[in-house]
Amino acid sequence: MPNKSFFWFFLPTGLAMILFIGLPIISTGVQSFYAQHDQILKEVKKCDPFGCKVSVQIDQEASSKIREEKPLGKFNGFGTYIDRNHLATDQLSNFWNESNSTGEFLTKVGNLPFYKALIFTFTYCIIVTPCVLLLGFVIALSLNSISRKIRGALIFGTILPMIVTPLVGSLVLFWMVDAEGIIGANLQILMNDPYLSVKSSKTLTWITIIIYGIWHHSPFAFVVFYAALQTVPQEPLEASIIDGASRFQRVKHIVLPHIYPVVTFVALISLMDNFRVFEPIIGFSAQGSAQSLSWLIYDNLVNEEVILFGSAAATSIMTIIGIAIILTPVLIRTWREFRTNR
Amino acid sequence: MDYGLDKKSNSLKTFNTMFIVVWLLIACFPFIWTFWGSFKVRADFFSRADWWYAITAFNTLLETGKSFTTEAYSGAWFEGEFWKASRNTIIVTVSVVSVSLFLGTLGAYALSRSTKNYAFWILIIALVFRAMPHITLVSGYLFPFFQLQIWGILPTTIVVLIAINQPFTLWLLYSFFKTVPKELDESALIDGCTYFQTFRHIIMPVMWPGVITAGLFSLMLAYNDFTVTALLLNQENHTMVPKIQSYLGTNQHEGNLMWAVSAVVSATAPLFLLVMFFQKQVISGLTAGAVKG
Repeated sequence: MPNKSFFWFFLPTGLAMILFIGLPIISTGVQSFYAQHDQILKEVKKCDPFGCKVSVQIDQEASSKIREEKPLGKFNGFGTYIDRNHLATDQLSNFWNESNSTGEFLTKVGNLPFYKALIFTFTYCIIVTPCVLLLGFVIALSLNSISRKIRGALIFGTILPMIVTPLVGSLVLFWMVDAEGIIGANLQILMNDPYLSVKSSKTLTWITIIIYGIWHHSPFAFVVFYAALQTVPQEPLEASIIDGASRFQRVKHIVLPHIYPVVTFVALISLMDNFRVFEPIIGFSAQGSAQSLSWLIYDNLVNEEVILFGSAAATSIMTIIGIAIILTPVLIRTWREFRTNR
Repeated sequence: MDYGLDKKSNSLKTFNTMFIVVWLLIACFPFIWTFWGSFKVRADFFSRADWWYAITAFNTLLETGKSFTTEAYSGAWFEGEFWKASRNTIIVTVSVVSVSLFLGTLGAYALSRSTKNYAFWILIIALVFRAMPHITLVSGYLFPFFQLQIWGILPTTIVVLIAINQPFTLWLLYSFFKTVPKELDESALIDGCTYFQTFRHIIMPVMWPGVITAGLFSLMLAYNDFTVTALLLNQENHTMVPKIQSYLGTNQHEGNLMWAVSAVVSATAPLFLLVMFFQKQVISGLTAGAVKG
């Protein structure tokens, strides 16, 4: 296709992507270097019959004026990145000097908001991704050996957790595991502890969110693996059966090597998805004990008093860097594929 | 292709069936349970005393005289203005699907027919864009949108969702267009068609399956979106998903929780029906995206 026709065909979608994906990323980058204005204080002298008092007040007029002149806030450089709510470099060095043991240091670091979120996000990714792969693969294998007539209905049931939005999915589960729900209430009876509740325990909350993650993402892995299983050649499988290979050996030496590229792909995609975990935290109302990077951004953006653009932007940029690191292998793979296809 | 070589032992068969049954229970029971519970009163579905009430409908009988009640639905739809949210969702979904398909097919067709290097780079950039967490993009939008005073209204959200949707639509349709042989357009071009005529009269008619798949995915993205709609729309213009969240908020202890339950059921039911009818397309879309990058 000549360049000119290509240009006109691609213009609308290209424009949409540049304006609403490219520019916002730049805008986020710019915002992360600014912080909201300090409040301008003024001294007010108040006199009443008992004498005069000088009090300090917020100068609303001057504050709103400076806000209007420079709506972006004051320039802060990398200040937002290293403050207490983000990388907290000062606190880190303080903790390092004060702490007697590495354990103590790590506990203190774990209480800083950014690192807290980072720890949860990593834990979630590291546990959910392999479980999703494993469960998805096992479901695909076992559905593959079920009679074709009822397979369609079973697949429909299997992909339900994936097609609902994460907020709805987590709510539906939350209402069951909550202290007043069917699972939560039975757990209380089972453990003989009337005060047992998912909400009040940090570990239980983490476990619930992780189980939710596996429940929600496994169908995706299943669908992809199931499609890949259809392409496994039959001849080597038959040969291996004649040679006396067991079922497990067949899966390990023939099926897995064949679908290996798909496995790595699903792993990377779900890693990327899990890295931006956010809605389940709202669905499970787990803000108290589990926070993720995306949740931190959301929290800054819905802040009651003043929206913390700078703070949200700094966290966003660091999240984007994280995504970029995970994305690199995908890009390299796509690059190679494209080269060989031509 | 079973030649009788692969004989399964009976125990393995039983185990297999049991595993599938257990998994399907885990996957579907929460939805069935929520659907069932949405016709009860709060004291039954969230029972402090005895969870068995949810099945026997003890309090529902006491409060309404019947074992099923649609109170939660009428509360959410009328008092809670869920009808407005669903109207907004319909507006957003229909606009997003139609416009993003229009833009996406044009762009993906161009990408699939270009042999230049830049087409490859555009695809790579689209892949990077697709990986961006939506919340980071929203944090980029908010400030300029406030400044331009276009925050809170439906058109802004629609345009944003269309744009966010483009990378995925492009990749999906690109992989579908690749399967249409190039000879088809070449013969049309030789016969004197312009590129647009070729696209409109030769390629589009054979592309419907791919377009339907891409449309389904745009629809699910727009319909299911929480991050963008919750942060870019004001209370008045909320779509269904942020509306559900607003029922949870501070009013949780004032009986609105049942509104949320019925709203969840109302929002999920159309989606399930849709997937039931278009299951094949959904699966082919997922695998096209995954197998081909």
